[in-house]
Amino acid sequence: MYPSKFDYHRPSSVQEAVQILADNPDAKVLAGGHSLIPVMKLRLAAPAALVDIGRIDALQGISRSNGSLRIGACVTYNEIANSADVQAAAPLLAEAAGQIGDRQVRYRGTIGGNLSHADPASDLPAAALALGATLHVAGSGGSRSVSASDFFVDLMMTALQADEILTEVEIPAAGAGTGSAYVKFEHPASGYALCGAAAVVTRDAGGSCTGASLCFNGVSATAVSAADAASSLVGSDLSDGAIDSALSGMSIPDATGDMFASAGYRQELARALGAQALRTARDRA
Amino acid sequence: MADESNGAGVFGSSIRRREDPELITGQAKYTDDLQLSGMVYCTVLRSDYAHAKINGIDASEAEALDGVIAVYTAKDIEASGVPGGIPVGWLLPDMKIPEHYMLAKDTTRYVGDGVAIVVAEDQYTAHDALDLIYVDYDPRDGVADPKKATEDGAPLVHDEAPNNIAFDWEIGDKEQTDAAFANAAHVASLDIVNNRLIPNAMEPRAALADYNSITGELTLYMTTQNPHIHRLLISLASLGLPEHKIRVIAPEVGGGFGSKIHHYADEAIAAWASMQVGRPVKWTATRTETYLTDAHGRDHVTHGELAMDADGRFIGLRVDTYAAMGAYLSTFAPAVPTYLYGTLMSGEYDLPAIHCHVYGVFTHTVPVDAYRGAGRPEATFVVERLVDEAARVSGIDPAEIRRRNFVSPDAFPYQTQVALEYDSGNYEGALDKALEAIGYDDFRKEQAAARDEGRYLGIGLSTYIEACGLAPSAVVGSLGAQAGQWESAVVRVHATGKVTVYSGCSGHGQGHETTYAQIVASALGVPYDDIDVIEGDSGVMPHGWGTYGSRSAATGGSAIASAAEKVVDKARTIAAHLLEAAEEDLEFEDGNFFVKGSPDQAQSLPDVALQAYLAHNLPKGIEPALEATSFYDPANFVFPFGTHIAVVEVCATTGQVDLKRYLAVDDVGNVINPMIVDGQVHGGIAQGVGQSLYETAVYDDGANLLSGTMLDYAVPKAHFLPSFETDRTVTPCPHNPLGVKGVGEAGTIASPAAVVNAVVDALSPFGVNHIDMPVTSEKVWNAMN
Ligand SMILES: Cc1cc2nc3c(=O)[nH]c(=O)nc-3n(C[C@H](O)[C@H](O)[C@H](O)COP(=O)(O)OP(=O)(O)OC[C@H]3O[C@@H](n4cnc5c(N)ncnc54)[C@H](O)[C@@H]3O)c2cc1C
Repeated sequence: MYPSKFDYHRPSSVQEAVQILADNPDAKVLAGGHSLIPVMKLRLAAPAALVDIGRIDALQGISRSNGSLRIGACVTYNEIANSADVQAAAPLLAEAAGQIGDRQVRYRGTIGGNLSHADPASDLPAAALALGATLHVAGSGGSRSVSASDFFVDLMMTALQADEILTEVEIPAAGAGTGSAYVKFEHPASGYALCGAAAVVTRDAGGSCTGASLCFNGVSATAVSAADAASSLVGSDLSDGAIDSALSGMSIPDATGDMFASAGYRQELARALGAQALRTARDRA
Repeated sequence: MADESNGAGVFGSSIRRREDPELITGQAKYTDDLQLSGMVYCTVLRSDYAHAKINGIDASEAEALDGVIAVYTAKDIEASGVPGGIPVGWLLPDMKIPEHYMLAKDTTRYVGDGVAIVVAEDQYTAHDALDLIYVDYDPRDGVADPKKATEDGAPLVHDEAPNNIAFDWEIGDKEQTDAAFANAAHVASLDIVNNRLIPNAMEPRAALADYNSITGELTLYMTTQNPHIHRLLISLASLGLPEHKIRVIAPEVGGGFGSKIHHYADEAIAAWASMQVGRPVKWTATRTETYLTDAHGRDHVTHGELAMDADGRFIGLRVDTYAAMGAYLSTFAPAVPTYLYGTLMSGEYDLPAIHCHVYGVFTHTVPVDAYRGAGRPEATFVVERLVDEAARVSGIDPAEIRRRNFVSPDAFPYQTQVALEYDSGNYEGALDKALEAIGYDDFRKEQAAARDEGRYLGIGLSTYIEACGLAPSAVVGSLGAQAGQWESAVVRVHATGKVTVYSGCSGHGQGHETTYAQIVASALGVPYDDIDVIEGDSGVMPHGWGTYGSRSAATGGSAIASAAEKVVDKARTIAAHLLEAAEEDLEFEDGNFFVKGSPDQAQSLPDVALQAYLAHNLPKGIEPALEATSFYDPANFVFPFGTHIAVVEVCATTGQVDLKRYLAVDDVGNVINPMIVDGQVHGGIAQGVGQSLYETAVYDDGANLLSGTMLDYAVPKAHFLPSFETDRTVTPCPHNPLGVKGVGEAGTIASPAAVVNAVVDALSPFGVNHIDMPVTSEKVWNAMN
C-alpha cells in the first residue's frame, strides 16, 4: 500500500491553509487522515499536495455560548463523545461520535473530516442534519455559513469549494423537554452505518410532541431527513403506536443498494431503526 | 500449572506459549522485516480483466522512470530458459492440466493474474512504475459461478477443458445408493451453496530472494507453511535450479490457514528476478494482492439428498457438487473437493450407501485451494444440514435422529462406504456432554416461551468428524498426491544435556515451539527450558512436508516422539555400560537411569550425553554423540470428532442474527497443551462463524471481484462473538505414539453447520428449511417476510 508522490504542507493558520489550497488546485486538506490516507494508499486518490490542518489552533476546541455549541473542525470523535458540553447541549452528536469505528479511529478522525468527506455511511451527517447544525466555512473569497441541509450535495460531495475549509460546526443547544438518540446498524465488514437513525424529539409538559426530526445515514447517497414522518409526529403523544404509524408509510427517496444490502432492505432497516431511535429519544425527553 | 523445571508432567499442561513474548512485543522478524544489503524491490502488474487477450505490452515509460531497474514480461522469463511453471501437485484420473506459467503469456484468466514485473530501487518507485506499463487488452467474457461455467456456451477458461470441467470424480456406489433411495420412507433434499472465502492471514505473503551467481545458490526467505515443498516445486517446475542449491527459509510467519501451503508465481518471480538483476529482491503483497492472489477457499454448488427408513434410520446419501478450481489448478486443489470431501460424507453415521459426484470446474477467478478445513467443512456442512433437514421431514428431534444413526462405540474400526476406516470414537459421549452443558431440554422450553412473545431463538447441532493428520504416504500416493505425507524430526541432545529439536513441520502461529518441547521434556525427562525447537529452514533440517491438515501433532509430534525414543534407547545402552549393569535391569525415570531398586546410583541423561560426546568410554559398537532422526509415516489418518452447539436469536425487525452461545465438545485424543488446544478451537470457531454469518467473496457476472477489500469482506470482529464454551472428551488415537489427533481445523469444520442449523431452527415458524451462507440479516429478514 504505497501512495503516489505528494507534497506536504503544514500551515499554522486558516488563512495560510486557504491560500495554499488556492495556489494548488490539486491539493487536498488532511485532517485525521482516516479516510484520505486509505484511499491514497489504494491509489484511488493521488492529490499532488496535502495541506495538514491538524496544527491550526483555530480549528480546535469546543465551546458553549449564547445557546449554541461550537465545535472546531479538527476536534476528534473521542473529544466529542467525552465532552461534558457536547453531552449536555447536543447529546445526539456525542452518542453518534462514540459509535464510530474503534478507539484508534475515534482518537484520529475529526468532525470536520467526517462531514467534509460526506461518506453516506458515516455516522455524523445524520446527527448534523437532525440537530440543524450550521457549518462555518472559510475560503480565499472569505467566510460563509452553510446549513447542514444544504451542505450534503451528493455522494461524497458537499457545498465546499476546492479552496474552502470547513472551520467550525455550530449547533443550537438542546432546550428543555428534548430527547435524542442515535441507533446504528453496523456494516459487518466496514463498521460504518448500513443504516444509522438519528432522532430528536421535544415534548411539552403534557407529554405531547412539539417538534421532531428523524434523519438517516447509509440509506441514500447523502444523509437524509425523513421530514414528513417526523412532522406527522408533532402533536402526537409519541406513543409506540404513534411512532409506528408515523413510520409505516415512510419511504426514503433514492435509497441505494449494494452487494451487502438492497435498497429495499435499507428501507426496512430505516423503519426499524427509526422507530427504535424515536422511542429512545422520547424516553429521554 | 505444571512444574516446568522438570520434564515429568509437562505433557498435558497449559504452559504458556514461549513464542508469545517476541510476537506481542513486536520483536519477531517476519519476511518483510528482513533487510539484505543491495536489496531491491519487485512488484507485479496484475490483470484488471477476468478474461482478456494480451495484444501487447508497452513498458517503455516504466523502464524510463528513475529508479526502475527492469521491467519483465512472460517473454523475458521464457527467454531465460527456466521452466517457468506453477505446477499442480495432486493428479486425478483424466484431469485436464492446462499450462500455468509464472506470468500470463497471451491470455489473462482472472482479475489479479500477473502480467508484468517491475524491479526497482525502492517500493514507491516499484509501485509507481506499475501505473506506467500499458497493456493492450482485448477483453473477453468471463464466468465465476462454478455451475454456470459448465453450461454450454459459457466462456471457456482453457480451450482444452470443454465446459470448463477440469475433472469428473466420484466415490461410493451409485447403484446401491439409488436402490436405497427407491426404498426410502423419507428423503431430505437440499440445494446448498458453500460460499467462497478469502483467507486473510494477518501477514500478507512475501518473499526475499538472494541468488548468488558465483555459487549458484538461491536463498529464499518466504511466507510458507512448508519450506521443503516450495523448494521442491521451485526446483522442478519453476526455476530448474538443483534442489540442493536452494534454501527456503520461513522466518516468523503470521498465519496461513492454508494460503501459504501453495506454490504461487510471486515467490518464484522474486527468485527469478534476483537471478536476473544479481541483487536480493523483495516482494511483499499488499492487502489488495492478498484478496486478488491468495488461493480462495470453498466455492461449491451442491445438491444433496439423504434417504431414511420409516424409523428415521439413514439408508443412503447422494451428493452432487460443482467445485470451483478457479483459473488454474493450484498446488493441492484437486484433492480438496475429492479426497478431503467425498470421503467425509459418512459423517459420524452408520450409512450403508453413499454416492458423491464432483465436477472440478475452471472459472475466471482466483485459484481455489485448501483453506482451514479444506473439503471437510464443506462435507460437514452438507451432511449436518441434511441431517437437520432429515429431522424436520421425519419429525424426529435433531439430537435424537443423530443418536439413532451414530456409528456405535463398539463398531470401531469402522469402514465407511467412502474409503476411510475410522479408528476410534464415541460420538454419543460427546453429544451427551454437549447437550447437558447447553441445557438442551430447558432450551426447548425457553424457545417455546420466547416464540409466544415474538422472539425467535434457535439451537443448532453439528456432530462432526474429520480426517486429518495427513497421512499415510502410500495411501495419498495411490490417490494422486505427488508428495509424501510422512514427517521428520531430529532430537539432538548436546554434550551439556541441553536439547535442540528439529521438525520438518513449519508452524506459523500454532505454538509448536511450546508443544514440541513439552513432548520432548516428557520423553527425555529434561527440563522444558532446556529444549529448543527449530522449524522452517530447508537448509537445516531433514526433508519434511510442513504444517497443514492438522498434521503437526499427529505426524510431526509422532516423529519427535519416536526420535526421542531412539535417543533414550541409545542413552540406556550407554548408561548400562557406565553403571556396569544389564540394559534390561535399568529404569528410566525423570531423566535418570538407574538399576531397579537403587535410584541413588543414577546416571542422568546429561551425564550420559557428556559421556556420549567425550566418547572415552562407550560400549562396543556404539557411535559417539547423542541424537536421533526419525521419519514417521502414519498408519492411518486421525479422526477428531465432537459436538458443537450454537444458540442464536434472530431479530424480528432487522433479521440480525445474534450468536448468543457457542459450545464445543471436541475429542482430539490426548492433549499436549490444553490452553493451546482451546486457542485452536476458538480461532477455528471464529473462522467458521465468519463463513456462516459474514464472509463471502462476491464476483459480478463478468467475474470481477467486488469484495476486494476489508471494507467489503467481513472478517468477524471480536465483538461479534460470544465467549466460547469448550470442553472435551478424550479417546486417544490408537495408532500413533502420543495418542494425539489434530485440532487445527476442528472449529472451522464443525461451526458453519452449527450456526446455520441454529438459524434455520429459529426460523422454523416461518417454514424456512435452509438459508445459504453467509446468513446476512437481509437474507433472514426476507425469509421472515
Ligand atoms: C478502520 C476505520 C473505521 C472507520 N469507521 C467509521 C465509522 O464507523 N463511522 C464513520 O463515520 N467513520 C468511520 N471511519 C472514517 C473516519 O471517521 C474518518 O476519520 C472520517 O471519515 C474522515 O475524517 P478525518 O478527520 O480522518 O479526515 P481525512 O481523512 O483527513 O479527510 C477526509 C476528507 O475530508 C477532507 N477534509 C478533512 N477535513 C476537512 C476540513 N476541515 N475542511 C474541508 N475538507 C476537509 C479531506 O480533504 C478529505 O477529502 C472509519 C475509518 C477507519 C480507518
